[in-house]
Parts: sequence; C-alpha cells; structure tokens
Amino acid sequence: MSGLVRLGAAEIAGRVARGEVSAEEVARAFLDRAGALDAQVGAFLDLRPERTLEQARAVDRARRAGQTPPSLAGVPVAVKDVLNVEGWPTTCGSRVLEGYAPPYTATAVERLLAAGAVVLGKTNMDEFAMGSSTENSAYRPTRNPWDLARVPGGSSGGSAAAVAAAMAPAALGTDTGGSVRQPAALCGVVGLKPTYGRVSRYGLVAFASSLDQVGTLARSVEDVALLSSALFGHDPRDATSAQAPPTAPLAGDDGGRGLRGLRLGVPWAALAEGVAPGVMASFRAALEVCVREGAELVDVALPHVRHAIAAYYVVATAEASSNLARYDGVRYGLRAEGAPDLARLYGETRDRGFGAEVKRRILLGTFVLSAGYHEAYYVAAQKVRTLIRRDFEEAFARCAAVALPTTPGTAFRLGERTADPLQMYLADVFTVPANLAGLPGLSLPCGLVDGLPAGLQLLGRPFDEDTLLRAGHAFQGVTTHHRLSPPAFS
Amino acid sequence: MADIDREAVERVAALARLSLTAEEKETFARQLRDILGYVETMQALDLSQVPPMSHAAATGAWREDVARPGLPRERVLDAAPDAAFPLFRVPRVIGG
Repeated sequence: MSGLVRLGAAEIAGRVARGEVSAEEVARAFLDRAGALDAQVGAFLDLRPERTLEQARAVDRARRAGQTPPSLAGVPVAVKDVLNVEGWPTTCGSRVLEGYAPPYTATAVERLLAAGAVVLGKTNMDEFAMGSSTENSAYRPTRNPWDLARVPGGSSGGSAAAVAAAMAPAALGTDTGGSVRQPAALCGVVGLKPTYGRVSRYGLVAFASSLDQVGTLARSVEDVALLSSALFGHDPRDATSAQAPPTAPLAGDDGGRGLRGLRLGVPWAALAEGVAPGVMASFRAALEVCVREGAELVDVALPHVRHAIAAYYVVATAEASSNLARYDGVRYGLRAEGAPDLARLYGETRDRGFGAEVKRRILLGTFVLSAGYHEAYYVAAQKVRTLIRRDFEEAFARCAAVALPTTPGTAFRLGERTADPLQMYLADVFTVPANLAGLPGLSLPCGLVDGLPAGLQLLGRPFDEDTLLRAGHAFQGVTTHHRLSPPAFS
Repeated sequence: MADIDREAVERVAALARLSLTAEEKETFARQLRDILGYVETMQALDLSQVPPMSHAAATGAWREDVARPGLPRERVLDAAPDAAFPLFRVPRVIGG
C-alpha cells in the first residue's frame, strides 16, 4: 500500500506544491486504499474515481502552467453525503432522496475546490444526520476501524471512519448535536464544529437550521486548521453566515504557545456521574498534560447543561419536522407510484422513503409544535436554550475555553442501542450544549480505553476557534495519541 | 402532562403527512411517551422570566433587494421524479 496515504493534508499540499508528487498520484493512492478496504468499513456511499482523478489532473495542470499552488493543492477530501456536489448524487443516507443529483454545489465544497482540494467520495451517515451511530443509514451501517463490531459514532460516521482508516486524509462532516465531534472521538481523529455562522450552510441539506454547522475531520489539529482557513467566511447565499474576520489560527505558531497561560474551565459537577471510568481517567490525564504545558484549571458551573438533551430534542425535532416537509415525492428523489391523489402521494412517499428514526423525530417535532403543546414544550426548550447560553457566558468570563470529555463512553457495539432511542439520545449530553449556544467545539484524541479511542473536547467563545486550535495543536505537539492508528488498518 | 396514545400518534402523523402501519403507531406511541417523559424534566425550572432563544446567529442580516439569477429551471426539473417543462407533474388534485 502506498505510503502516501499516511500523509496529512498539510504534508500533501506541500509536496504537491513543490512538485514532489502529483495530485493525481495522491488521489489514486487514496482511491486504491478505499477500493481495497472499504468493503470492511462501509465509510463511502459513492466513489467516482474518474471524476476525482479529473479534478486532481486539473490541479496538476494548473501547477505545471505556473499558477501559484493553492493552500489545499491536491488534498483529497471525503464529503458527507448531506452536502451537495453538482451532478453527484446526494442521498443524505435516505431512500427518499435515492436517485437525486443536485444541480448545484454547496459553498463549503466550492471553497475547498477553489483551494485546490479534490472530492474523494461521498460518505455514509445516519439518515438526514439523525443519529449517533450511522446505523440509521438506509444503505448500510459503517463500522469502526478500531473494532469492526462497533459503531463509528454518528451522524458523520462515514467521514470519521474514512479518516481513521487512512482512506482519506480529511473529511467534511456536519454537526447539529455532536455529529462531527462524537464520531471523531469514537474513531480517534480530530473533529471541529465551528461557531454557528462560520461556514455557509448553502447546499447543506437542512436538518435543524438553527443548530446545523459544517465541520471538518482530520488526523491532526494542524490539518483541521488548514481546512478551516479555506472554509470559513461570509456567503451571501446563507443569511445566517457571519461577517466575522477570517482566521489563520496557527500562522507563526511554534506549537508551544497554545496552552501557556490558558485558563481552562472544567465543569466538574456536570462530570460527577455517568462518565465511564476509563474515559474519565484519560480526560484527567489530558488535563494534566495541559497543566504541565502551562494551562490553569478553573472550576466552572454550567448548572443548566443537564437540561440540554431535553431542550435539544425539542428544538432539533421541531425544526426537522418543518425542514423535512419538502420530501413529498414531487420535486426530488423518490415518488410512491400509483397514488390516486396528491394527499396519498405525499403520505405513501414519506412512509416508504423515511426510516424509523426520521419518522420518530418528525412525529416528535410535529407534536411539540402542535396547538396546545407549543408553549409547554417548544417555547420552554427555547428558554432553556437561553439559560444554557448564559451558563457559558458566565463560564467564559472566567476562562478562555471549557474542557470536558467529548462522549461519556467509547464506541458501542452495533445493535446495542437501536431498540431504545432515549438511551441513544442521552449519550449526546456533552456535545449538544455547544450547538444550543452556537459555540465552537474541538474534539481530539486523548488516549485509548481498552483499545478504543476517547476524545478530549474543548469549547470556546463564539468565533474564537483560534484559541481551541492553538491549544489542540500544542497538546498534539507533546502527545502521541493522534499518531496511533487502528491495528487492523495500520 | 402529554398523554401520547395511538390516537395522538395518528393525529400527529396526519399533520406530518406520514402514513404509518398499525405496528409503527404502537411503537412510536411508546417511544414518544418515554422521550416526552424525559423532556418534561425541563418543567422543574422556573422559566417565567427567561426570554426564548430562537437562534444563535446575530440578527439583522440585511441585503439589497436585487433580483439575481436562480438555478436553471431545466436542471431543477431534471431532478424531479416526474416533470413536463416548465412544470412538475402530480396526480389529480381537484375533483375526479
């Protein structure tokens, strides 16, 4: 197997820019590896090698023509199948979109292509990003490269597994309640959910519009920062995209300053129960590293985060019930044939096209918005959202970042939690607060527990991804957790 | 506070344009009861003085009201299960 697949995004871009390797050779190396190994993992829903190679050859032609190589020259990026790439099917892991090829490309993908990246393939996901295990894909489950009997997390499980198995150096995911950070943690890779508004949502198929954010996965914080520099920025086609200044978080960083003098808040009370002992031990060990490198720990309260799951599953499902009304068999994808009238066309298309988790969330969201229940559930959840945001505002008056485990446990077995949706939801306890408050969150590997990865999560002030990335980069400068690869895929 | 039974699921499913099997109705009724029971733990908080938060984005994103080209109609209709330019084709809606 080609050694090229061990390179990170920054190394690939550097070598391609210097002409030491062609973008086509790099793309071929990852396509070959995915072709050889993905039958075991199931990370990709759709590979189109000719299209990938054509994009790579275009990067090579531009370089030979003397153009200055862009920042991601020749970097293959796996794209979660919820982001549109023109002419390339978008399924969102759902039967209801089977056969749909979008007529336009998402801004996030366009920005990566403009920076010289190539699309490696579309990755598997929980249907419409609803789930924490990728078992809700209508097409196939994805398996965790660290243990093929276990889930990779979700909903960006295909993207996380592709990076963990070195079938892609980097990937795009989306994070509505933890869907980038949780699979990153469970697969032992780095995942960044930027501040709400940092990355355009144009061309991202909507799940919960006030929470959805495009994020990145890679094996190093440096690579996540490199992709972020290309992705961040205002887009007039998304009215919620922010006019925040662009960042170059690691520019001029010697790798050692990110933790020196950093005030790190730890919500000890929120961690008092429900965290697996091994995960807690790796979290404490990670904090010790941070302290050794000059960080100062402060206790922060976050008294309302214990209500985050309740508020999240009301807000997210309410928005989803509205967003998913558009899948009616008329404009795209599946249509139930033979329906005698329009009402039955809608009902039968939706019944046949949606899986159980999507139906459950549409029902829940419709219920909490319905007459008589709107105030008691939906408005109450929006108020809890305010309390959670205030908790973080108070915490960030005393610290520059909050540290907590990304997940309370490591990867679970396929099928272990599918029968009990509430138990599956409760495992999102440490990731949903950032979405409700609109904050950036970074998950990075902090060790193995019985051979399975655990994640350290850093949450930051709105639009302060730089502090998280510098801290994470410094952490990776003095630790080796991110250099471990799954034994079966090394 | 919410008593979700099979009929409540039927009512909500009709609002959401979902046709469900009898088995689905029973399963979803049970699961929604569990989930809403958990959601109701929020009621322990005094929320009377708290404003609701609808969005994390800064408000006031205005732009000029200028016409701009949209997606080409042919391409959009190409993605539909049944179309006859420049329209989507659907079963009869009125009368019979």
